[in-house]
Amino acid sequence: MADHHKETFITKYIFSQDHKMIAKQFLITGMFMALVGMLMSAIFRVQLANPGESSILYSLLPGSWVNEAGALNPDKYLALVTMHGTILVFWVLTAGLSGTFANFLIPLQIGARDMASGFLNMISYWLFFIATVILIASIYVQGGPASSGWTIYPPLSALPQAIPGSGTGMTLWLLSITIFVAGSLIGGLNYIVTVLNLRTKGMSMRRMPLTVWALLVTAILGVLSFPVLLSCGLLLLFDRSFGTSFYLSDIIVNGEMLHNIGGSPILFEHLFWFLGHPEVYIILLPALGIVSEVISVNSRKPIFGYTAMVGAILVIAFLSFIVWGHHMFMTGMNPFLGSVFTFTTLLIAIPSAVKVFNWLATLWRANIRFTPAMLFAIGTVSAFITGGLTGLILGDSALDINVHDTYFVVGHFHIVMGLSAIYGMYAGVYHWFPKMYGKMMNKNLGYLHFWGTFICAYGVFFPMHFLGLAGLPRRYYTNSAFPMFDGLTDINSIITFFALAGAVIQAIFIFNFIYSIFKGTKASQNPWKANTLEWTTPVERIHGNWPGELPVVERWAYDYSKPGQEKDYALQTEPMQKGEEEH
Amino acid sequence: MTSILIALVSLLVIVSLVQITRVSELLAELKNEDVNDVSDADNNYQGVLTLVIGFGFIAFVIWQMYEWNHLLLPPAASVHGMEIDALMRVSMGLILVVFFALTPLLFFFTYKYRGNKSRKAYFFAHNNKLEVIWTVVPTVVLTALIIYGLRTWDRAMNVDVSDSTIIEVYSKQFGWTARSAGEDNKLGKSNFRLVDNTNVLGVDMEDPNAADDKVLREVHLVVGKPVLLKFRSQDVIHSAFLPHFRVQMNCVPGLSTQFGFTPTKTTKEMKEQEGEDFDYILLCNKICGSAHYNMQMTFIVETQEEYDAWIASKKTLSQKLLTQK
Repeated sequence: MADHHKETFITKYIFSQDHKMIAKQFLITGMFMALVGMLMSAIFRVQLANPGESSILYSLLPGSWVNEAGALNPDKYLALVTMHGTILVFWVLTAGLSGTFANFLIPLQIGARDMASGFLNMISYWLFFIATVILIASIYVQGGPASSGWTIYPPLSALPQAIPGSGTGMTLWLLSITIFVAGSLIGGLNYIVTVLNLRTKGMSMRRMPLTVWALLVTAILGVLSFPVLLSCGLLLLFDRSFGTSFYLSDIIVNGEMLHNIGGSPILFEHLFWFLGHPEVYIILLPALGIVSEVISVNSRKPIFGYTAMVGAILVIAFLSFIVWGHHMFMTGMNPFLGSVFTFTTLLIAIPSAVKVFNWLATLWRANIRFTPAMLFAIGTVSAFITGGLTGLILGDSALDINVHDTYFVVGHFHIVMGLSAIYGMYAGVYHWFPKMYGKMMNKNLGYLHFWGTFICAYGVFFPMHFLGLAGLPRRYYTNSAFPMFDGLTDINSIITFFALAGAVIQAIFIFNFIYSIFKGTKASQNPWKANTLEWTTPVERIHGNWPGELPVVERWAYDYSKPGQEKDYALQTEPMQKGEEEH
Repeated sequence: MTSILIALVSLLVIVSLVQITRVSELLAELKNEDVNDVSDADNNYQGVLTLVIGFGFIAFVIWQMYEWNHLLLPPAASVHGMEIDALMRVSMGLILVVFFALTPLLFFFTYKYRGNKSRKAYFFAHNNKLEVIWTVVPTVVLTALIIYGLRTWDRAMNVDVSDSTIIEVYSKQFGWTARSAGEDNKLGKSNFRLVDNTNVLGVDMEDPNAADDKVLREVHLVVGKPVLLKFRSQDVIHSAFLPHFRVQMNCVPGLSTQFGFTPTKTTKEMKEQEGEDFDYILLCNKICGSAHYNMQMTFIVETQEEYDAWIASKKTLSQKLLTQK
């Protein structure tokens, strides 16, 4: 591979089979989609703070979304919420996060020249790209994009008579997700095979960095759960287009009596959440893996309780398959089933608590170097604590009766899943940017970006708990229709202020990212003095990763500040000294 | 015009960002330092910031709890609701204790152990005793919480409905209709094929139980008397949410769902407690279409005498439908 064939522009930058280039393609597509999703949230936050008024931001929307008075149409508010959810969950935090870091880190950190199949890896990205184009196109079709929430519950999503977005927009959504799932399955299988088969000499499973463990388990979750989403979506497609009744029964919509009899929307919910809950951990685990790595490197300490950290990832992954019913406590599902799901759900708190304690123990008596990546990693730990705890309320079926589908849920999952994962993704970008582009990102802009984001994010999502405890349901175009919510106007304005400020602050990151690619200071080979294998590759990123022989691994990834060593790190390739014990 | 101004401002911001970045790089070059190397001064500065902003976040949380407490829902107005509130207090207390312990600890650690090039971190890879403690303690606490939660859930769900007043709540885009089961306390059968402009709920009038049913635009309940709400939907999934009673159940087309509870406070009592504007409200809490945000129906809780007088004034279905024919 070292004598790789000559690359043309097209094979190097577009149809590349090099995992590092594919990772960057995923990252940049993901960043673009994050920008689109964030703009959508800014727009609907403006509506919530000033319901029924016009705004300059609405000029970004297709003209038919806004009425003559310049106000956003209610069904288009739902379209924005739906697309924001879809984009952030699937495009940014699944493909953007896993796609980037699984591709980038797996071969580099296990000592492989590339993925098991570079060709399939390329296909995986291009399927994702096609899915992206279709999803974006769906915004501009007649009736607008899918508008029934990112969970697309039928019958709302099945019936164009019920909401305009369930017409062509919904068909394109399903098509887009189908292609997305195909791409992510191909990618996931590739990741699993690569980790299991292509580890270099000495890289036993017990020596693997936690990033690779997290990415491996994530890929397994995806391969097991995404096909269920596919079948779930296909049945919906049949109901929509071919007159079947999997999810439909006894319906009169808009004065029209439908022929469908015998189907059940609850079946859809079971199928959807059988993916939907593992999906939460597909989003979260890579971020937690990145954070473990970044915290250890910048604390100059081994990650505390490596075995327990791996165990916690495995336990969380296992439990994530048997908790989906906690999204359905209020569907009329048998209350006994609700009890079972409450039990399994609250158990997840145990491995989660172990992870938090282990991170805190890693920080204890550390020698913390505050790179922007480290700050974002600390932000993840904080968000994971804050957001994880409210899960104890929502996972408890009795308490869920009154907070289900309220803003309490919105606050909870945006903090524990949204913030933790986005912070984790930022930590990853800041940390591995020197390896991706051979340049350093500007440190001071990174600091500014972190603190601005940290303050604004809590300013947006923490007050939402109070809205929820006041009984305010989510997905309301405005809360001015109910006098009981009149007191909540101030909170809504505060949230919108922080949301807009937070959105503007992300411009610092985008600027820093682009500026540093072209004008950043040149990176050294191992700028963070880290132990893992990617830092033994040359700064000039070559196809095949290592110029000569593959590195041989002699120790685990976390020998930082080990007594008896001169420097405070030891690359995984450094042989054990005489008499030295493996941790 | 505005867009030109916005474009100009954005351009200026970008230019100034470039300049700031360039200047900091040049300054570092002059001092012969690497601008992106994290110095001891950076560590000091950022360590202090984690402490200040971290504790600022905690202060912000406390401020919100103090300032917005009065906006939260009043105590439950139902029997099972009070048990849910008790469970909520215990759970909320627990998570607040953990939050106010771990968050300060995190930001104290990041401050206290901020780096210094002359120091070395303490090599501490694992400690079985500690790890066992912080696995076992959450397990024990959670077991207790799970048992308590499941008992509350069980009592809220498995209520004896044999002497409950039965009321049907019917949802469609975008409004609610209710049906009282009448004197026999039995709802007549219904079929969606029978729905038309006069028979909006599709009640089967050949079923003798249907004759005394009454279609309602507002639901009245008797204080202290158990009620069983039965839910149906005409088109898409809706969710019947009565936050003051701690009641919520989805209304699913093709499926019948139910929720039984006992109201404990009359509307009048609640008005005295919460202000004249107060009303028990039924909201929709499952995305159902463009007017999802405005699907409401009032519930009134009153004494038996008031209820009797009110229900007597409503026509039965047989009076309504048969006279029209």
